[in-house]
Amino acid sequence: MTARTITQLAHELREGSTTPRRLLDNALAHAEAAEPSLHAYLALTRELAERQADEAGRMLERDPDGASPLCGVPMALKDVLCVDGVETTAGSRILSGWKPPYTGTAVQRLFDAGAVCVGKTNCDEFAMGSSTENSAFGPAGNPWDVERVPGGSSGGSAATVAAGTVPYALGSDTGGSIRQPASLSGVVGFKPTYGRVSRYGLIAFASSLDQIGPLTRSVEDAAIVYAAIAGGDPRDSTCDPRPLGDPLETLGRGVEGLRLGVPREYMGEGIDPDVRARVEEAMAVLEGLGASLREVSLPTTHAGLSTYYIIAPAECSSNLARYDGVRFGLREDDPSLTEMYLRTRDRGFGVEVKRRVMLGTYALSSGYYDAYYRKAQKVRTVIAEEFARVFEDVDALVSPTSPSVAFTMGDRDDPLSMYMCDVVTLPVNLAGLPGISVPCGFSPELPVGLQVIAPRFEDARVFQVAHAYEQATEWHTSQSPLAATAA
Amino acid sequence: MAHLAIAVGGDGRVSAQTAEPQTNSAVSAYEAVIGLEVHAQLLTRSKMFCACSAEYIGKPANSNTCPVCLGLPGVLPVINRQAVEYTVLTALALNCEIPEFTKFDRKNYFYPDLPKGYQISQYDMPLSRNGWLEFEVEGAPVRCGITRVHLEEDTGTLHHAGDVLQSARSSLVDLNRAGVPLMEIVGEPDLRSAEAAREYLVRLRQILMYIGVNDGNLEQGSFRCDANVSLRVRGSDALGTKVEIKNMNSFRAVHRALQYEIERQAAVLAGGGTLVQETRGWVEARGATVSQRSKEYAHDYRYFPEPDLPPLALDSAYTERVRRTMPELPAARAQRLQEKFGLSAYDAAVLTAAREDADAYEALASQVPAKLAANWLMGDVAALANERRVALHRSGLGVDGLAALLRLLDAGTINGPTAKALLEELYESGGDPAAVVQERGLGQLDDEAALLAIVDEVIAANAAAAADFRAGKEAALGRLVGQVMKATGGKAQPQLVNRLLRERLA
Repeated sequence: MTARTITQLAHELREGSTTPRRLLDNALAHAEAAEPSLHAYLALTRELAERQADEAGRMLERDPDGASPLCGVPMALKDVLCVDGVETTAGSRILSGWKPPYTGTAVQRLFDAGAVCVGKTNCDEFAMGSSTENSAFGPAGNPWDVERVPGGSSGGSAATVAAGTVPYALGSDTGGSIRQPASLSGVVGFKPTYGRVSRYGLIAFASSLDQIGPLTRSVEDAAIVYAAIAGGDPRDSTCDPRPLGDPLETLGRGVEGLRLGVPREYMGEGIDPDVRARVEEAMAVLEGLGASLREVSLPTTHAGLSTYYIIAPAECSSNLARYDGVRFGLREDDPSLTEMYLRTRDRGFGVEVKRRVMLGTYALSSGYYDAYYRKAQKVRTVIAEEFARVFEDVDALVSPTSPSVAFTMGDRDDPLSMYMCDVVTLPVNLAGLPGISVPCGFSPELPVGLQVIAPRFEDARVFQVAHAYEQATEWHTSQSPLAATAA
Repeated sequence: MAHLAIAVGGDGRVSAQTAEPQTNSAVSAYEAVIGLEVHAQLLTRSKMFCACSAEYIGKPANSNTCPVCLGLPGVLPVINRQAVEYTVLTALALNCEIPEFTKFDRKNYFYPDLPKGYQISQYDMPLSRNGWLEFEVEGAPVRCGITRVHLEEDTGTLHHAGDVLQSARSSLVDLNRAGVPLMEIVGEPDLRSAEAAREYLVRLRQILMYIGVNDGNLEQGSFRCDANVSLRVRGSDALGTKVEIKNMNSFRAVHRALQYEIERQAAVLAGGGTLVQETRGWVEARGATVSQRSKEYAHDYRYFPEPDLPPLALDSAYTERVRRTMPELPAARAQRLQEKFGLSAYDAAVLTAAREDADAYEALASQVPAKLAANWLMGDVAALANERRVALHRSGLGVDGLAALLRLLDAGTINGPTAKALLEELYESGGDPAAVVQERGLGQLDDEAALLAIVDEVIAANAAAAADFRAGKEAALGRLVGQVMKATGGKAQPQLVNRLLRERLA
């Protein structure tokens, strides 16, 4: 047996060759077997999953054709997504033991569709990181080589999908946190247009950049999950209420006649030559499918990283102020209020979170605001305008997702080299665009990802290009060593 | 605006109230510069950013909360439409400009009553700016500029053992109030005396209550005020060191605190000292302001645009739509009532103090003579409302009942004392005055022949008083009128009794 997609499982459930309960049992057994080496999960949610599997079974029995393709299919949630009554830690000690009294919008939509939640996946603390090594509960491994990182921050979600435990998992992407781990773990990872998926129930890192999205084994699956979670939400004012259309409509249209841009700045210095070679091969495939390729320029790319590392920490410094020991999560008692704050946050937050809170606090401080935050917002606007200008001439952009393949745990111990992981993904967040990573080969035995970027609200075009490429290649059918044991 | 300056201490009131009379001469050398910041809770149904009720008083601690106003991880705010509309309405009533573009910002600071660690407020693009409020202080017109009116959320409340959080042994947090819509009205430093400051607040509160956006309760804190006070040498344009005064929970406290602070600062300056920029709290029991923190400890609030809320575009069509819902404001209404009913300026001001009173007056004045309505509302009805702590429009009698009563009086069916007795009797219980009069035979005795017989009896029985009156003592007549009224069980028409007595004693 091999790891299967949502589409395949949905078919099997309807033809009666399996049941939600059997799929769940297999997933749990596989997770438990893989966990000692993988640590993809912070918690398995067996009780919740059994309830959901039973309900999904009834839904399928009642109306097999009307039920969602997600009904009865096991999945996992990054531990930044709130589920009523289920411990949600964001990978942080400060939230250890905290059980939200509510379920977020995107997750609720999946639950309503009959999804079966197997567990909460490991991640960098508060989604800050690119390797999952910043998890307060220990790093996750990469199913292709467990000594290596799966990427991050949605590393647990990428790892469990790549390991074949579940066909999909939700992640969140602030600067590349879905696409980069998807690339490093050899799966599909999609970040929707900012404002397409409600953030209600997503523990905030940087509010103006965060988006929830799926990690899957196929582009079609990504579109299926996206269609289920996207759309307006009265609880999120940044969520666009306009109709979604059918995100799957463009699948199979091919890329004949599409104009694809290759940003010069995304292919140059800092990109591993082998990664560049794989991506160039992928571009050749797209060209062979009838797309026209041209080089384009996004000249302000060099400022993207510093812009991101002002805006994201600034927002995070404010978003994380609520972890003060007063009402929930960790509290280090002290007779002095100030000491209680200091000790709680000192003990509760990890090094990277503290670094970003400090950076952001500094950037927003009186006297520095104009030089840092305000200037960063201006550069952000310039970056968004450059994308908009390029999209006057091309329909989509293609590039590597990550400058390198999965690295060995502990290898990148200085923050700057870690920040470089997101250099070609984070401009997409700054501009609020949709982006996807699809497997496009190996270097030498580790997965490489191809990134496809489209204009805002053209999420379906991302699927169209990625799907055409995927269907023309075999990479997405490659199974990690751990997936070979999936049932 | 400085041309309207009113001499502090020039009216002698300062020396009467001052704790340190020797500062009086110091005070008169300086001019006070006062600006007020008012925080007013809005009378919306729900909180500013969630669906919880905005009515939080009297509920069990932390029961009026949800994940959003508790600031739990993962939640997002949603703007309360009604709160925006109320703020725009207020801004229009205060002659403000409403920009077409406004946004919310985060004000970051740590405190246990602030669940998110930041308050959603407005920083550089408030809902409105550049307005004014006009009123009179001791007969002179004052126009105080309104810098801005903006919208934010209220905090929770703390209950701790001791006065200060830092030294309390334990503290309890109640977030029932957290997220209640709060409007901040920032006034320009155009006020020159404690009297002017008090009057500004009285007028501002009156307007907020008139337009129905705030209940004006200073004690419970739905209407709160902080003041910035500085002094400068009279005639100078320079601004002195500013001191912020907090914790003033009544109009009287505002007046006393500002008066105290003006004198304190004058004494420091006159003594050659320098003032520190600081925050001081008014301590009612000590009748003094006390230093709370100086500027070295001032917060850096690290304001930045609230990324969870897109900016609001309020086009002029929206603003005009809100403007059309504006009721007549108190100053305009007083003017109109003066003209329409021939009221004095004073009476018009008293009768329009609250919107309900003005409504009552207009309803009454359309049914009975305007002067009669004014006298009753400002006299017996006001006294009774005050004594029973029930406003007329909330009483059992109500405006309609009072109208019916005054119609009986006006028609001569009952006399004044009967009307007053019925007012007191029916004020809370309610009832139809005409039916009660009929039932109990309280109708006025206006049969001259019958009354004349009683008048004669009274004169006979009170020969001494009659003689006094005949000897020119006018006061004696009152005693005789009283006797006649008593003999008729209060039903005689007093003017008729008066005439008959004079005729008989002539």
